[in-house]
Amino acid sequence: MAKYILDFEKPLRELEVQIEAVKMSALEKGMDMSKEIGSLENKLEKAAADFYKNLSRWQRVQMARHPERPYTLDYIHKITSSWFELHGDRHYADDQAVVTGLATMDDQRVVIIGQQKGRGTRENLRRNFGMPNPEGYRKASRVMGLAAKFGLPVISFIDTPGAYPGIGAEERGQAEAIARNLMMMSTLPVPIIVIVIGEGASGGALGMGVGDRLLMLENTWFSVISPEGSASILYRDAGMARDAADAMRVAPSDLVEMGICDRILPEPTGGAHRDADVTAGTVKAALLETLAELVDMPPDELVEARIKRYEQMGQWAE
Amino acid sequence: MAWFRRSKKKILSTERRSVSEDLWRKCPSCGEYVYNQELQNAQFVCPTCSHHFRIDCRKYLELILDKNGATTELNASLVSVDPLDFKALKKYTDQITAAKEKTGLGEAIITVTGSVEGYPIVLCVMDFAFIGGSMGSAVGEKISRAIDHAREHHFPLAIISASGGARMQEGALSLMQMAKSSAKLSLFSSAGGLFVSILTDPTTGGVTASHAMLGDIILAEPGALIGFAGARVIKQTIGQDLPEGFQRAEFLLEKGFVDHIVHRKDMRATLSHLISFFGYERTADTDQQ
Ligand SMILES: [Zn+2]
Repeated sequence: MAKYILDFEKPLRELEVQIEAVKMSALEKGMDMSKEIGSLENKLEKAAADFYKNLSRWQRVQMARHPERPYTLDYIHKITSSWFELHGDRHYADDQAVVTGLATMDDQRVVIIGQQKGRGTRENLRRNFGMPNPEGYRKASRVMGLAAKFGLPVISFIDTPGAYPGIGAEERGQAEAIARNLMMMSTLPVPIIVIVIGEGASGGALGMGVGDRLLMLENTWFSVISPEGSASILYRDAGMARDAADAMRVAPSDLVEMGICDRILPEPTGGAHRDADVTAGTVKAALLETLAELVDMPPDELVEARIKRYEQMGQWAE
Repeated sequence: MAWFRRSKKKILSTERRSVSEDLWRKCPSCGEYVYNQELQNAQFVCPTCSHHFRIDCRKYLELILDKNGATTELNASLVSVDPLDFKALKKYTDQITAAKEKTGLGEAIITVTGSVEGYPIVLCVMDFAFIGGSMGSAVGEKISRAIDHAREHHFPLAIISASGGARMQEGALSLMQMAKSSAKLSLFSSAGGLFVSILTDPTTGGVTASHAMLGDIILAEPGALIGFAGARVIKQTIGQDLPEGFQRAEFLLEKGFVDHIVHRKDMRATLSHLISFFGYERTADTDQQ
């Protein structure tokens, strides 16, 4: 059971508590109620599965921000057999909102980059709530350069509420750092798999999110701006975020329809955090399958296909 | 001249603004009233304080391109659709219709081939008056095709940016245009093409974080607002006031993100010099603009 319950999850949570109470009282009274309990649990399971399959976009946004959700390093530790973290952009600092490193997944050597949120206040301050500064994008760029040099595929974990909007970030060229990565990633001569594990907000996400395939976990979002951001501009009321999430169509299934997302990865009932091991297993299997599709492609074909992929994105009339 | 403007200012203050707008404009920087004709003759730069007024994309074409050279618009009929059936306070389709009526443009960008002092060029100019110059699918596609055109014809490329960023009304599709245009610029760069990025007031958000910052040479108009995050968002996040001149062209020059700040009247000659310096050849006689 998750410790942190979102508002909309409360009815289900109450059912869960009721079943626990029945179990307790049966235990106390020494009665055999296993049949009744079993049937109640069955009902709950079905109701929960149904409930979580049909979450609204705004509910998925909240799930993507769930404080118990696995973050980039959680996945890395669960899916790799070796992990050697690389620090720093070699220009200014080591941005801890971005992690990069060398990893082995089964027998496959990969380079991993990812945005990293923190758990709890202290770590969140250190991780800047997963909002990279320019150094983060430049660290990712440096490590991708290493991947290109040694012919290693890149896996990018996306989980950010956006690039950090601060004075220093602007002074050190937040826009330039992101733009440079878009250009580099569009023609990097090794496979790039991008996987959204939480929030994919705006250019801050895209700055590490250009690749050959885009996978999204079921309870994630990816759009041009956060629902709150667009609500405050287009509705002049940040409280209209739910409507904005619908209007911008931020859910994984929307991105599949737009031709941006290639595959949605299912999460355990109740979200990735309910069973991080199962979720990590799903992620690992999907990454290995996707890698298998890409690793044998000659670099020039790979890049050509990647550019074609982005060429087709968007809708217009003429 | 100065006494003349000042005396007129007094008269204007007693008049209704809307009546006088056609003849006079108040400089938002120094507050002086400038005779519209005078402003036009000065490329819409305030004669008192050099404030660069925002101008529409057609005016830039006039300022930059040879008048006697052939100018051909690329993909003129490529326009936005409403892929998400988007509606907030306003319907996106209504916003597009209103923007078209207001500006007389089909989209927030015009892309052309023409020449600068005899040098052929592909020139893209964004227009802030069209939904904040925002980049949706159509703008991204027009830029991408213009870049391809420059690559195929070995023409240099210049993009004059004026934009609030990616267009929210097309959701993630707008975001992906940043990746698309950057990918095209990567190919263009590998093919040896020269890309001059010209930043005007304002250039922010996803446009700054894609093609605008990818120029081989990056020029900016004086005083132009250039940045990634909006000032309001930054202020909210950090809870303090922003330093004087923050996110202005001069600030970016100081921080190392702009090669040169160029006065609007010198932009054409600067562009021509750069194109010539990098070895492109004239195909027409020097134009006397
Ligand atoms: Zn002035």
